[in-house]
Amino acid sequence: MVKLDETPLPGVGVRYDFDGRFGKRVGVITHRDGRRELFVSLREDPDACAQNIVLAEDEAEAVANLLGGSAVTRRMAQSMQDIEGLAMDWLPLADTTPFDGKPLGSTMLRTRTGASIVAIMRGGGAIPAPGPEFILRAGDTVVVVGTADGVVHAARLLNGEPQQKVTGRTS
Amino acid sequence: MPLGQLFLELGGVILLLALVGRAAGRLGITPIPLYLLAGIGLGAVMSLGNAPEEFIHTGAEIGAVLLLFTLGLEYTSDELRQNLQANRTIGIVDLALNFTPGLIAGFLLGFAPMAAVLLGGVTYLTSSGIASKILRDLGRLGNRETPTILAVCVIEDVVMAAYLPVVAALLIGGTLVAVGVNLLVALAAFGLAFFLALRYGHVLSRIMNVPSDEALLLGVLGLVLVVAGAADLLKVSAAIGAFLVGIALSGEVAERARRQMEPLRDLFAAVFFVFFGLQLNLREVPDVLLPAALLTVITGATKFAVGWMGAARAGVQLRGRFRAGTTLIPRGEFSILIAGLGLGLAPSLGPLAAVYVLLTAILGPVLARFDAQVVTLLERGGKAKASAPG
Repeated sequence: MVKLDETPLPGVGVRYDFDGRFGKRVGVITHRDGRRELFVSLREDPDACAQNIVLAEDEAEAVANLLGGSAVTRRMAQSMQDIEGLAMDWLPLADTTPFDGKPLGSTMLRTRTGASIVAIMRGGGAIPAPGPEFILRAGDTVVVVGTADGVVHAARLLNGEPQQKVTGRTS
Repeated sequence: MPLGQLFLELGGVILLLALVGRAAGRLGITPIPLYLLAGIGLGAVMSLGNAPEEFIHTGAEIGAVLLLFTLGLEYTSDELRQNLQANRTIGIVDLALNFTPGLIAGFLLGFAPMAAVLLGGVTYLTSSGIASKILRDLGRLGNRETPTILAVCVIEDVVMAAYLPVVAALLIGGTLVAVGVNLLVALAAFGLAFFLALRYGHVLSRIMNVPSDEALLLGVLGLVLVVAGAADLLKVSAAIGAFLVGIALSGEVAERARRQMEPLRDLFAAVFFVFFGLQLNLREVPDVLLPAALLTVITGATKFAVGWMGAARAGVQLRGRFRAGTTLIPRGEFSILIAGLGLGLAPSLGPLAAVYVLLTAILGPVLARFDAQVVTLLERGGKAKASAPG
């Protein structure tokens, strides 16, 4: 985590800044009237600002989205990985899959690999927690959660590679 | 005087100010010193009739009240408290270094003691208006020395809030007992109001915060004038009453009031500076030129030292220290306000303060702009000196 300095600027607002890893001080001033001011320091004079960008409230929001809007999603993925031994993967179903048009239950994925299908991505949307009667189609992306090994097995199985060969290779 | 003539003269004065303001924008400086010059120029070339004179006089008083009210709005009571605690030392150094030269100069010039105390106030107060304009215009709000500069300004404003009622009480004069009573009343009223503003400000803010913009404007303006009037009758300065109302208002209502009152303040404050210029007698200016220049050099240096010290304490390097020093040099609106109190005591106090403000308001921003060049020179000089003996 970056260590942020918070400095009140009486009559102006609050300044947040930090010493950037690549040599310049970077910060944001939150003005009382809602404006945000981005600044970076000069390299030869770290106390002074080389550049200031004053942003209106909506503009600041746009920049925040560009920079950090996905931070929340990233952090989610991060916390998943923090659970020891838990893996999650997005597996596309190739045209060669034997399960095209078959119900999800027929894959017997959970029994055979220990991994579960938690969602299907289809046509840009997500279908969370599909039941065993859900019909799979080639081109779907299957979201699988399980042990690292289990997820690898699931990938092979779903795309029609013989189970025997897979276990032989991985064990 | 017919109404038409009054409008013509007033309109002419305001149009002139508009032109002056535009010129100031072009030059990238604050219009305050130019308004003063405009007033001085007007006084020299024409004499306004009685009616405009009276209007301008009242307008000038309202201007002083609104200046301090919006200054009070700028600060929340939390900011004031924190600042006073964190920056006591530099505040005391500032007071000692910058009040004293004015005071001594007043005695040397043969002023009455009270006028000398006023001159101390004139040299003490940095113009927070000009300083914050420099910081904004030059994009320096994010600089490391900026909190130091702002902190010095805040402390000065607080000292000013205590200084004015005391001076106002002393100015009434009379026997020693009468002065003492006035002083006690002034300090007690000020202390009580300050306490109430800090303690119950949020209640007032809630009451004043009505949805209608029009009702808010009228309510705030009315309250400011009523409190200022009452303060004046109690012999506490009217401007201080307004300052306290400003401090008491906080949060959303302060934000809205600031937006609504700023145009009014700009109008009446401009009138205030013009009026001050109008009152000056041009013939006195040559006499005060030398003392004003000397004071500029001395108090420019002492103010510079305060900024330099403060920035050094905050761990800022040479160039930042230089910027902090120069940004604090300009004196402005409040120096004029203080000098205006003592026009009757020492005739040359007004012209002296005006010329002094003009000089510092030009010197500070100009120096502030050339920090890189000047510090490079200083560093080179320092190295040359250091290497010469070796």
